Amino acid sequence: MGEIRLMKGNEALGEAAIRAGLQGYFGYPITPQSEVIEYLAKEEPKYDYVLIQAESEVAAVNMMYGAGGAGGRIMTTTSSPGFSLMQEGVSYLVCTEIPCLFANIVRGGPGLGTIQASQGDYFQATKGGGHGDYNMIVLAPNSVQEMADHTFLGFELADKYRSPVLLLSDGSIGQMMEKVELPDPKPYKPNKPWATVGKPKNRERNILTSLYILSDDMEKKNIHLQAKFEKMEKNEVRFEEYRTEDAEIIITAFGLTSRISKKAVDVGRESGIKLGLFRPITLWPFPKKRIEELASKKEVKFFISVEMNAGQMKEDVMLNVYGKKPVYFFGRFGGIIPTPEEILSAIKSHL
Amino acid sequence: MLQEMIFAGFGGQGVLSMGTILAYAAMKEGKEVSWMPSYGPEMRGGTANCIVNISDQPISSPVVNEYDVGVVLNQPSLKKFESRVKKGGILIWESTNIKDAPKRTDIQLYALPAVELATNKLKNVKVMNMIVLGALLKLKQIVKKESVLTALKAALPERHHHLLPLNEKAINLGMGLIKSP
Repeated sequence: MGEIRLMKGNEALGEAAIRAGLQGYFGYPITPQSEVIEYLAKEEPKYDYVLIQAESEVAAVNMMYGAGGAGGRIMTTTSSPGFSLMQEGVSYLVCTEIPCLFANIVRGGPGLGTIQASQGDYFQATKGGGHGDYNMIVLAPNSVQEMADHTFLGFELADKYRSPVLLLSDGSIGQMMEKVELPDPKPYKPNKPWATVGKPKNRERNILTSLYILSDDMEKKNIHLQAKFEKMEKNEVRFEEYRTEDAEIIITAFGLTSRISKKAVDVGRESGIKLGLFRPITLWPFPKKRIEELASKKEVKFFISVEMNAGQMKEDVMLNVYGKKPVYFFGRFGGIIPTPEEILSAIKSHL
Repeated sequence: MLQEMIFAGFGGQGVLSMGTILAYAAMKEGKEVSWMPSYGPEMRGGTANCIVNISDQPISSPVVNEYDVGVVLNQPSLKKFESRVKKGGILIWESTNIKDAPKRTDIQLYALPAVELATNKLKNVKVMNMIVLGALLKLKQIVKKESVLTALKAALPERHHHLLPLNEKAINLGMGLIKSP
């Protein structure tokens, strides 16, 4: 058993990063995730990692580019407006194939928005917020425990595919405290022969770039990246189901709303409504196949996507339901968190 | 057994730490806990609150709309949460601050002059929240008093550890306010 603590989601993220062998953190404080840099700054004297409070998110993401290029195990965390600022850098990092971990502890938008929790950055996270054809593995934790677990997993997947990974959480999970069993520290043994760490005599120099000025080269790079994304789609789909075996109505929800929906499932079943929950854990790659299978089940009458946005994931659900069943939506915006009761009454309005 | 509770009051009255200490104590007893704060603009001058869930089973939703226990330390919090205590549930209210008493008849109401008692009897208004917590512990045996004392020791920075006996006194005072059923 690992060490058990009562921690905020943001602190669990920071502690897990240290235990995963963090070598560099570059970030700029923004509510509701400032506890991450606060925690890492407090712990920094005990460890070897580099921690830099950048002058902006644009600077932070470019520090990631440099430190990642040198082969470091590196991370940045931010919240919505900050992640928007980083998008140019994200696109560069994907193209240059630099493994690193991003966490976006989402707050309400658009614009400067509110500091309260939201899931309004789903599109940005899963469809590519920056330019060009790219994808990132997107993990959506729904508990403080998973904030820690997914941080570990995120670093591993980043190295496995030599690509940035995004942890998409929200302000509530960042701020709330739960019991967390911390993963045991794992010494980080980098194996990055491509890193730009100085050229020894016995090999050619390493070049890391996202500039391919000749179209033929750029197309080749794209084909290579697409093959990698395809591998991720094949190997990294993760999801969770709750009481779907005989469900007639399937709630789809990720992150915090999946927790709230779980309670709605139990309460609804007590009054005879056969509810089930489908929760994507990876928002990209999206669990397409399983949604299609659920949509094909005879007893399933409809889907309802419950989100803290205007129905962004609903589009991915619909794409994979292929019109076989209706897909409804219930959501709140701008920092309002729906309650299990609200979810249930939304479901009842479709019965 | 799942207990869903709300702690609400002015920022600075110690509602968030009351919830934290209870959650920590429950965790030390091996229970599942979630502590969800209101954060941000609400904290400055307005009301601060946290939802604390304690259960033997994994907790699904950390957010709930109705509570088994409500602890309110100021008038705006009473206004906001009186209607959201479950039928038959418990509402503890601080009667030095709150002038307009709660009106519901389908829940158990407990008025505690915790501010007055902390100021006059213990000469430190800051331990008011521990008087309230003591009363709650007596009303609902959610966790043992010893676990709360352990939690206090863990939650308070070492430079404040000389205040531990005073906090214990406050808890005892609060427990004494509730007559055994």
